[in-house]
Amino acid sequence: MAVPTPRPARAMEPLAASRRPGFDLRAVLQTSQTARALAALVVLLVYNVLFTTNFVSLGTFNANLTQVATIVIVAVGMTFVIATGGVDLSVGSLMAVSGVLAPLFLVSGGQFGAPWVGLVLAFTVPVAVTALFGLFNGTLVTKVGLQPIIATLVLFLAGRGIAQVIVNGELREFRNLGSPLVPGFEFIGLGGIAGVRFQILIMAVVVAVAAWALRATVFGRYVLATGGNEAASRLAGVPIQKVKLTVYTISGLLAGIAGLIVVAINRSSDPHRVGELMELDAIAAVAVGGTPLSGGRATILGTLLGALIIQLLRFTLISHNISDGVARIVIAAVIVVAVLLQRQRTS
Amino acid sequence: MSTSSLSVGYGEYQEDVRARGRVVAAIQRQGALVALVALVVFGVVRYGANFSAPYNVFTAFLTSNSYFMVIALGMAFVIMTGGIDLSVGSVAAMAAVAAARLSPQGILPALLGAVAIGLAAGVINGFLIGRFRLQPFVVTLAMLLAARGMALVLSNNAPVMVDFAAGFPNLAGQAIGPVSTAPVPVPVIVSAALFLLGMVLLNLTRFGRHVLAIGGNEEAARLAGLPIARTLVVVYAMSGALAGLAGAFLAAISYSGAPTGGLGWELSAIAAVVVGGTLLTGGVGSVGGTLAGVLLLGLIFNVLNFERGFGTFEINPFWENVIRGVFLLIVVVFQSRLARRLGVRSG
Amino acid sequence: MTHLDADPPLLEMDGVVKTFPGVLALDEASLRVGRGEVHAVVGQNGAGKSTLMKILNGAYRRDGGSVTFDGRPVDFGSTQEAQLAGVSTIFQEINLVPYRSVAENVFMGREPRRFGLINWSRMNREAWEILSRMGVSVDPRRPLGELNIALQQMVAIARAVSFDTKLVIMDEPTSSLDDREVETLFGVIRELKGRGVSVVFITHRLDELYAVCDRVTIMRDGKTVAAREMGEVGKLELVALMLGKEVGEVRRSGATGFGRRTAQADGLPVVELHDAALAPRLHDADLAVRPGEIVGLAGLLGSGRSEVARIVFGADAPEGGEMEVNGKPAKLRSPRDAIREGFGFLAEDRKADGIVPYMSVRENLTLAALPTLAKNGVVDRKRQDEIVDRFISRLGIKTAGPEQTIRELSGGNQQKVLLARWLCLNPKLLLLDEPTRGIDVGAKAEIQGLIDELADAGLGVLMISSEIEEITEGSDRVVVLRDGKTVAEFGRDEISQDAVMTAMAHGEGERVGIAAHAGGGPIADPATVTAEGR
Repeated sequence: MAVPTPRPARAMEPLAASRRPGFDLRAVLQTSQTARALAALVVLLVYNVLFTTNFVSLGTFNANLTQVATIVIVAVGMTFVIATGGVDLSVGSLMAVSGVLAPLFLVSGGQFGAPWVGLVLAFTVPVAVTALFGLFNGTLVTKVGLQPIIATLVLFLAGRGIAQVIVNGELREFRNLGSPLVPGFEFIGLGGIAGVRFQILIMAVVVAVAAWALRATVFGRYVLATGGNEAASRLAGVPIQKVKLTVYTISGLLAGIAGLIVVAINRSSDPHRVGELMELDAIAAVAVGGTPLSGGRATILGTLLGALIIQLLRFTLISHNISDGVARIVIAAVIVVAVLLQRQRTS
Repeated sequence: MSTSSLSVGYGEYQEDVRARGRVVAAIQRQGALVALVALVVFGVVRYGANFSAPYNVFTAFLTSNSYFMVIALGMAFVIMTGGIDLSVGSVAAMAAVAAARLSPQGILPALLGAVAIGLAAGVINGFLIGRFRLQPFVVTLAMLLAARGMALVLSNNAPVMVDFAAGFPNLAGQAIGPVSTAPVPVPVIVSAALFLLGMVLLNLTRFGRHVLAIGGNEEAARLAGLPIARTLVVVYAMSGALAGLAGAFLAAISYSGAPTGGLGWELSAIAAVVVGGTLLTGGVGSVGGTLAGVLLLGLIFNVLNFERGFGTFEINPFWENVIRGVFLLIVVVFQSRLARRLGVRSG
Repeated sequence: MTHLDADPPLLEMDGVVKTFPGVLALDEASLRVGRGEVHAVVGQNGAGKSTLMKILNGAYRRDGGSVTFDGRPVDFGSTQEAQLAGVSTIFQEINLVPYRSVAENVFMGREPRRFGLINWSRMNREAWEILSRMGVSVDPRRPLGELNIALQQMVAIARAVSFDTKLVIMDEPTSSLDDREVETLFGVIRELKGRGVSVVFITHRLDELYAVCDRVTIMRDGKTVAAREMGEVGKLELVALMLGKEVGEVRRSGATGFGRRTAQADGLPVVELHDAALAPRLHDADLAVRPGEIVGLAGLLGSGRSEVARIVFGADAPEGGEMEVNGKPAKLRSPRDAIREGFGFLAEDRKADGIVPYMSVRENLTLAALPTLAKNGVVDRKRQDEIVDRFISRLGIKTAGPEQTIRELSGGNQQKVLLARWLCLNPKLLLLDEPTRGIDVGAKAEIQGLIDELADAGLGVLMISSEIEEITEGSDRVVVLRDGKTVAEFGRDEISQDAVMTAMAHGEGERVGIAAHAGGGPIADPATVTAEGR
């Protein structure tokens, strides 16, 4: 206990830390899991380049990324939710809601005065509705205090029901090609810029914005702090409830966008099929990408990698004549292994 | 760290709160049964003989709900431990395909095969959850995918017709061997017997009480030396086996094993369990209540059918999922209030 | 210790050593408990009481020393093993299943069966018998959660007794009980004693020791420093032993990093609290903190110290009383409100309420400051880095760099980061709950010196501490809480270890009027500070 009375000197250690301005690959790969995911993706790519015929082509590129785009968009929202320690099971059903809403404005576009009004409404209303549903999920989690699994199970169930009720359970087909000057609704699913499908661009923008937001904005830091230590974050002035409401709203909004893309690709909206099993694909992408399901840490890039791995795995299996059924089993096993690896790392 | 402020109260005020809590708890436990009786009375009065006719009771109503009955029974035990099993619908589909494939061998091999394949899926779930401590929702979501994949593999991607010659469809008939059970179909008898068994298991065996203790306070159960991992493995194995049985019924009733069958069953089962008074957070549950819950949800749709027949209103059948979702919402909100009143930290 | 010699004691723990990575938790600790004896174990936080108990009940394995129980050397590998051998533990947080019935909780894992099925009538009857033998009347079929905490504790004890227990460890069993409930518990303890069952009783409330215990073992810094007959030790002596001070000894310098404070604090209090209450611990707390002064908040554990800080910071809503900020009535609904008023709060439990473990030093340091560091919601990374660099060097935080995750830092450096979290906001008031707990000596002195400096610069500081030197040397004023009430207040010239310890133990001493003395008896004459136990 005998400590000298003189005030301790404040001569400080020289700062060992190096500043790292701008983009930093090491920070991106800070979780070994993300590095592992990247390695897995590279292995899959190399394997396919070597052993899959016609793998290196714009067609294959577009086909795979088209498949993966909606999953990635939804999985980005899921990453935010999981980062706060929650989960959103309702995303697939919300995709169906947005998917069946959009054509309603296209089919009866005339009644909105000008076709472009219908087009604008077809983009905005469904997404606004699913965002509101997301807010509803968030309210159940924060104000009512339900577990996230249960809270989002309600809309998982009712959401698809609402989609089915809206269109009476019928598949609706539509055509909205637009004009050479003003692209139609289908552009977001079938259009392209410089040979790259439009939804791939949407995906890229969503990933870029989300990755930036998670790293650089106050909101992003609050998300991770909330999932990392809720009690401590509250004492540091983090508005926990607002943060949670926001992540569920974002998840709903992104599910809405994904729903629009799916119906645009199909030129039809099927309330039973749109977004089916999407919650699983999205959670799988998040888990395989290295974001722990317990919250507090998250990597958007990892989620992108996770979705790509699963998609490429599926593509590899199928292009080597392995049946869809076996492919599903393999992917399920990959998900479990990813979660097992995570558990070992955190414990 | 600090004790829950809800758990501290004083004198009469507290007694009053506790008394009110008990009334709420009673409604929670018996609510489904009361509603069920009321609805039956309503049906008998309004629809008369058509409603109480054996055909409506046993074939139209009970048989079509027999899948949900057995699945909900397994789900009830899972939820009582505080877990969830999202794979039961897929597992039932996989088992239905297996049963159809085995149907040329006769009733017993097909039935046992279906139950065995469901059991295997359940054991895998149980090991990952009980021994490796993975989150139930992730594990069973992965199993949802894998079992669906297995169903596709076993069926070669197309529904498998049941073999009539060996008599497999008799599994859904009205006779056990030479003994006629008319007018009660076999699945109804089996379900009823299983529910009786379930009641004994829950209320009169150590296993049943340990299920509730683990769900109520896992830490306390651990300190009391209860076999937590083993209990969890058994619970998920039971759920899988019962889903397998439901698959066998499905194949026998629909004459085919379709890899796309059982969609959304997990949610109907969860809704029924919860409506029946089992807390989604675990620790409180009732087998009888679960039965009442399944029957209540089924009867609501039966009554809606009658009303549609009466031409009272034109109701879209797709309201089913919405109604289930809303029901689930009301019940879980009610439950979370109750849990708080009992001073239990939920979730 | 004479009466133990006649009969070999039930429990003898000798020279018990336990180390955790980097920490010597028990340093040759010993404990002897006779048959049918109620034995208190007291000590400050970190004294090693819990570790010793966990070795006794099988939760931990010891690294050295011997344990003899009931005449045999033992080394329990699990709590179940200890329970079967006759050592049961009643945890502070009741570890039972609230939804299950009283009887089920008593017999969990050993339910009586007949033909393989549970024999409910026998289980209920036996549970009822055990409880009524303890003098507790409760329907064994009722769900445990419906009972009040005291009754739940009785059920936990009944469970212990049903194992044919010889020794019951009660770890702070009274921490969430009211007076009436405590009496019921004491009745049960006396009843157990009457049947020859020994009880090891851990509490921070001194009155309870005298009410129910026969003997007391005092621990400090992982060592057993004394074992006495309860009747032979005075309260003040007990407190002195716990704190490691001689009665009457007053050391005014050399123990802490605090300098001699001279600055005069004046002006309107930054915060003022009147009759604040928060069940179950806090009833009647009054205090005020002025700019530029360090107010020490002293009191034994469980006296309501942390509750005061949490109320001031808006983390818990008080159930009674008023609060003023800068002389105006104020109601802080959340920590966010408090931060806007310029308050900062260093919570007692660094791990649970302080650090966000997987975030970097930079993120943790600026977590509270994020809104001020952002332009349109985007963190201004340049300013953030400037601040982080400044505080890392200003506070001498030893880290590989600002990007290192905080959980990799030592306790002292984590604490400095958390302190910096508030300092970078230029706060007006800092609430420090055990700011130097679990920190090595060097870092401790640095933090103490820093607190001094901050007050000199005009910051108001409320400092909670279990260390008597920290309170007496660091404070301009000391407020003493006892059982949730402000019982004494000392100005700078009146602060002495004796006076503060006396007030902590007896609840007497000078109380300068912030508010009228609510309820209670007459205030003791400030001049007569007794040094004797009762």
